[in-house]
Amino acid sequence: MAVDTIPGSLPGPASGNARDKTNAAIQKSIRRRYAAERRFKIYGVAAILFGLAFLAVLFWSIISTGYTSFVQSSFKLDVLLDRSVIDPSGQKDPNALRSADYTLLARKALATALGADTANRRDMREVGQLLSRDVDVEIRNEVLANPSLIGKTIPVWVLASGRVDNLLKGQLDRDLPAAVRKISDQQLAWIDKAEAEGRLVKRFNTGLFTNGASSNPETAGIGVALVGSLFMMMTVLLLAVPLGVAAAVYLEEFAPKNFWTDLIEVNINNLAAVPSIVFGLLGLAIFINFAGLPRSASIVGGLVLTLMTLPTIIIATRAAIGAVPPSIREAALGVGASKMQAISHHVVPLAMPGILTGTIIGLAKALGETAPLLMIGMVAFVVEYPTSPMSPSTALPVQIYMWATSAERGFVERTAGATLILLALLICMNLFAVILRRKYERRW
Amino acid sequence: MLKMPNLEVHQPDAVKHDTKVSAQDVNVYYGEKHALQNVSVNIPDRSVMAFIGPSGCGKSTFLRCINRMNDTIPIAKVTGKIIIDNQDIYDPSLDVVQLRARVGMVFQKPNPFPKSIYENVAYGPRIHGLSHSKADLDEIVGASLEKAGLWKEVKDRLNDPGTGLSGGQQQRLCIARAIAVNPEVILMDEPCSALDPIATAKIEELIDELRQNYCIIIVTHSMQQAARVSQRTAFFHLGTLVEEGNTTDIFTNPKDQRTQDYITGRFG
Ligand SMILES: Nc1ncnc2c1ncn2[C@@H]1O[C@H](COP(=O)(O)OP(=O)(O)O)[C@@H](O)[C@H]1O
Ligand SMILES: [Mg+2]
Repeated sequence: MAVDTIPGSLPGPASGNARDKTNAAIQKSIRRRYAAERRFKIYGVAAILFGLAFLAVLFWSIISTGYTSFVQSSFKLDVLLDRSVIDPSGQKDPNALRSADYTLLARKALATALGADTANRRDMREVGQLLSRDVDVEIRNEVLANPSLIGKTIPVWVLASGRVDNLLKGQLDRDLPAAVRKISDQQLAWIDKAEAEGRLVKRFNTGLFTNGASSNPETAGIGVALVGSLFMMMTVLLLAVPLGVAAAVYLEEFAPKNFWTDLIEVNINNLAAVPSIVFGLLGLAIFINFAGLPRSASIVGGLVLTLMTLPTIIIATRAAIGAVPPSIREAALGVGASKMQAISHHVVPLAMPGILTGTIIGLAKALGETAPLLMIGMVAFVVEYPTSPMSPSTALPVQIYMWATSAERGFVERTAGATLILLALLICMNLFAVILRRKYERRW
Repeated sequence: MLKMPNLEVHQPDAVKHDTKVSAQDVNVYYGEKHALQNVSVNIPDRSVMAFIGPSGCGKSTFLRCINRMNDTIPIAKVTGKIIIDNQDIYDPSLDVVQLRARVGMVFQKPNPFPKSIYENVAYGPRIHGLSHSKADLDEIVGASLEKAGLWKEVKDRLNDPGTGLSGGQQQRLCIARAIAVNPEVILMDEPCSALDPIATAKIEELIDELRQNYCIIIVTHSMQQAARVSQRTAFFHLGTLVEEGNTTDIFTNPKDQRTQDYITGRFG
């Protein structure tokens, strides 16, 4: 009864005149409704574009700073493994081999290649400045792996110094005065020569993925942090998933509905919203101060992240279990399944995609978490790979945080590069969750 | 005076069967709500009993008492006795899992497990340990599907998901699943309300066949259906059992005014 909707008009069959008025009123209101709809669409699109623009800026700034960290300048040297320098006694004593002056060998090789005077100490010092301070490690490893090479000349790729790397990546203006750019004109000439001869090249930076912490940016990497993060994720997976799923199944299927379960439910929901640093404080108090676990060990980080992830997993699992239609439970009970059988044979398997999705999202959140790890002292400078969850380690986001505090150009690009790696990992995990959900999505 | 509707009534069997299920003073409360009041009825073996009545009158509630499905509702409380073969099913010593193997149930909406047709039927025998070998289980699954009139349609695709069948086929699959555990009583709660007329006719035909071996209790909102498939009918109204008797008598000669009003379409 359209007439009823017009204020002031009388109900009942409309005369011709009233009908026209009604139609006009409806037309007007239709136009208004359509206009409102269009406006709403425009607001929506604007909001999305705004968000996308920010995302684009974010990605652009990270990628443009970070992409250079995936290559690193290296010299190709033919190093003479001089017996008189490495092993003057001729006994191949491992200690002697380890402490020999490989830096000198690398310098000599580079000086020869560049045509510098190996007898001139000033020249030699300048040649040395072109090489990474950790250049000895690479040659030493070759020798220790195969001592029979001593006395021979071997080809090796060694890292150039951070400054050379900056120059090659265009991060250092070569037209600056020599004192400011900290590369002498002589060095500049050598660099150009080596580059022209194909002796100085930017190669894929495997060290970024395999090295640990270092005070020299060219040899700093996220390898150790990745292993630490892996240990923590395993701890979370092993503890949070069984605990969370069991808690959720109990709360959803068995627990009586009373004051206490309501209280627990409210608290779980609140825990999911607690700032992560609070979990760090809790971990510090319980796991380190009370239980006496070692600081900076990935087990402590894993435990803290477990506490943090539990509510997420519980909430996701409860939602997934709640979404299994009661008719499935009734069907199972109807043929004589016990409650436990109905749950373990039907409800949980059907809820599995939801549980997995929640778990992966919880893990992704834990992987990117930094603040609670800072609280439990995971900010250590760790060079060696952790061998167990009890040994000192760092985590990927914490490594990023530590690099972000250095001003050196090499660390700035590594900060962004490691952020890219972290983002890529998170995107992969979320993608996996989406694929799982798509694949197992059911229509009842 | 209202005219009786023209209902075709199934002739009750000449043989009178023993009582299979006997309810005595059953009361059900959902919290404060007294949903079922003092229901007493005897249900004979090897026949079909229909429960009719307007919606919300407690038919499903009573049906769910018979396999103690109401146990799953925390606020539901049942008093009184329900006796199946001289055994009170609310006796604390009785195991509800065992009871549900003896009293199968088919629900309003077909609810096959989202698994293969084979697995749907095999699930019950498997959890009750009714088969000792794969061949045994195959035998049970085949026989149950055969009894449910579904074998011909699905024998070539036993591994397809049960949820991929048509509505009527799904409901017959659920019936096959119920009879696979070899029950004595089969409860059906409006088993055809989600089906089209052709699928409904097939299920009704099936119910008529199953009557030879089982005690069947069916809730239906269709008086025509009650008249077609049942030998006895009970009429529920506002939580009470108003009248119960041979289906012919209920539909042609009701004793209670409310029954008469209902079957003549005055309410419901
Ligand atoms: N789980 C429940 N909780 C509370 N009340 C219920 C529940 N199930 C049924 N009832 C109530 O019990 C009465 C009988 O319901 P039901 O047996 O489903 O009726 P019918 O199957 O005859 O339509 C209704 O008033 C309904 O609201
Ligand atoms: Mg009902």
